[in-house]
Amino acid sequence: MGKILVFAEHSQGKIKRSSIELLQAAAKSGNTVVATVFGADAKSVVESAGQNGADEVYVIADASLDSYNPESFAANMVSVINAVQPTILLASASSTGKDLFPRVAARLGAGVASDCTSLEISGDTVKAVKPMYSGKCFATANFENTALKIVLMRANQLPVGTVDAKSAKVVEHSVEKPDLKTLIKEIVKGTSSKLDLTEANVIVAGGRGLKEAANFKLLDDLADVLGATVGASRAVVDAGWVDHGMQVGQTGKTVAPSLYIAVGVSGAIQHLAGMSGSKVIVAINNDPNAPIFQKATYGIVGDALEILPKLTQEFKTALQH
Amino acid sequence: MKIFVCIKQVPDTETKIKISADQNGIDTAGVKWVMNPYDEYAVEEAVKTRDANPGSQVWVLSVGPKARVVDSLRTALAMGADEAILVNGENLDNNMTAKALAEVIKAEGGTKVIFSGKLAIDDNASSVSQMLAEYLNVPHTTVVSKFSLEGENVNVERDIEGGAKEVVQMMAPAVVAANKGLNMPRYASLPGIMKAKKKVIKDIEFSSLNIPASEMKVKFTNFTLPADKPAVKMLAGDSAAQVSELVKLLRDEAKVL
Ligand SMILES: Cc1cc2nc3c(=O)[nH]c(=O)nc-3n(C[C@H](O)[C@H](O)[C@H](O)COP(=O)(O)OP(=O)(O)OC[C@H]3O[C@@H](n4cnc5c(N)ncnc54)[C@H](O)[C@@H]3O)c2cc1C
Ligand SMILES: Cc1cc2nc3c(=O)[nH]c(=O)nc-3n(C[C@H](O)[C@H](O)[C@H](O)COP(=O)(O)OP(=O)(O)OC[C@H]3O[C@@H](n4cnc5c(N)ncnc54)[C@H](O)[C@@H]3O)c2cc1C
Repeated sequence: MGKILVFAEHSQGKIKRSSIELLQAAAKSGNTVVATVFGADAKSVVESAGQNGADEVYVIADASLDSYNPESFAANMVSVINAVQPTILLASASSTGKDLFPRVAARLGAGVASDCTSLEISGDTVKAVKPMYSGKCFATANFENTALKIVLMRANQLPVGTVDAKSAKVVEHSVEKPDLKTLIKEIVKGTSSKLDLTEANVIVAGGRGLKEAANFKLLDDLADVLGATVGASRAVVDAGWVDHGMQVGQTGKTVAPSLYIAVGVSGAIQHLAGMSGSKVIVAINNDPNAPIFQKATYGIVGDALEILPKLTQEFKTALQH
Repeated sequence: MKIFVCIKQVPDTETKIKISADQNGIDTAGVKWVMNPYDEYAVEEAVKTRDANPGSQVWVLSVGPKARVVDSLRTALAMGADEAILVNGENLDNNMTAKALAEVIKAEGGTKVIFSGKLAIDDNASSVSQMLAEYLNVPHTTVVSKFSLEGENVNVERDIEGGAKEVVQMMAPAVVAANKGLNMPRYASLPGIMKAKKKVIKDIEFSSLNIPASEMKVKFTNFTLPADKPAVKMLAGDSAAQVSELVKLLRDEAKVL
């Protein structure tokens, strides 16, 4: 058995659910699980990493790694990989993961399979499956000519349960400070304090059937009750009702929640490309022939503006019990 | 200054995907090929940058089978690119593709900016741009929705999670991978199309680049179609009845609440 290195992402010391999924998958494989955490708050992640199966945690507790910079993260990731010598590396296909690991792979001559949705690890071999052609088919990624296999997993794809908790050994790893040609000058915060669409477990999405921008308030109310993130079709993004960051689809975000509620969305192929990986899809549309119903698990034919407030109320009652 | 743009040819989104008989790819018969949608933003930004910097040229590069990829290069030329290079190769992975692009760019004497797309909609990988930057030993930013070149500074905005944006400054040369929102790609004009037809597309055999077969790191096999979804369950009754039925089903049947 070899070592699996998990790049654990956190937000101010709180480990992300997507990283817990990876730690638990690694722990179940029987390999030695090593996590690595970057940033000034890195140490506060050690305990939860151990609870989710990490044997060891490489901590680089340096403020220069508090926010993502491709060059400093790549240098430090390579330094940890060289120290740990894993055969498999797991990370999320988050905005950081997708940006960072291809560069790391190229530097190390390793293989990387991005945006995978299923994962099986047996000893040193790993079988990762990913959607291709906007989710119209799936393919298995096979690694060749590489000692290190890097798999980037989409969030919400692996189960989270309980694994043997460990008190992980902490290894304080020294920081690398390469000469940077990239300077992050400013981070402009988004309007939303909710989970990003790509990580959300529940999404309520609105389309042109909501009639006007102001009616997105009805979706926000529903989202608040469900702890959901609000998404949108391109039609309403192009109309300027909501931010581009909220767009789901081929030229928007690819999402994979447990529950996707599409309200007044027709279900154009480019929209389906982003959301058809959702586990349960609810469609609310006043046209019984809308294509979205062909992808939906449950369908309601009716006026969104009438149904949304009732639905919000019904969920509120149901979730209190 | 030479401005490079990397474009990939992909099946049109509307194309129905069929799996090939050996299950190791898709059946390409009848596939309509287009330029990767994100690469249209890359071409547009390169042309705008050229126009703002007199004396510069846009070079568009693509790796793929010559017989069809040439069409996407012509589209880019019709959108205003000046020169095109095709690396004729098939069944390459992201690593080999990035290496090939880096070799060509080095051989052409380098540049200040290389544009690409944030993601190719066929493989969904978002990897070639970053790998290319690594092989050229230059910085990169992906998911870029704003760009400007000021002297040796490449200034960009990158879309990150939760609707947030990063304002990033890179030292040229740099790789810039485009997101939607960067610009509005122009349509190829008729005179543009006529001119593009006359342009010579330089082609290079992948095999002449001395990239060994051991640079293939990931191979995709066992292509499958998604499992059929059970038919939709349409809810009946007035809106109050539908809503209460839905909440019940989500809780007791689908168990997602
Ligand atoms: C290259 C390309 C990329 C694209 N990328 C994306 C993408 O990433 N994401 C995306 O979403 N789209 C994308 N599109 C656009 C896509 O083709 C559709 O135009 C878009 O998804 C339609 O948005 P919509 O469903 O909100 O609007 P419409 O198609 O106008 O549908 C509105 C729906 O609301 C229903 N409705 C109307 N009134 C009510 C009511 N009172 N109550 C309930 N229902 C009502 C209607 O029956 C209809 O089904 C792309 C297109 C192209 C060409
Ligand atoms: C029909 C078909 C058959 C394939 N068969 C195989 C196979 O048998 N085995 C295998 O391992 N792989 C195969 N591939 C995969 C493919 O060759 C590489 O994985 C791919 O080139 C890597 O790009 P990506 O999709 O990961 O691009 P991304 O990293 O998502 O693309 C990002 C950006 O990089 C640039 N870019 C990407 N690719 C190119 C390119 N080729 N030329 C110029 N710029 C580019 C573009 O600007 C693009 O927007 C096949 C692909 C296709 C379409």
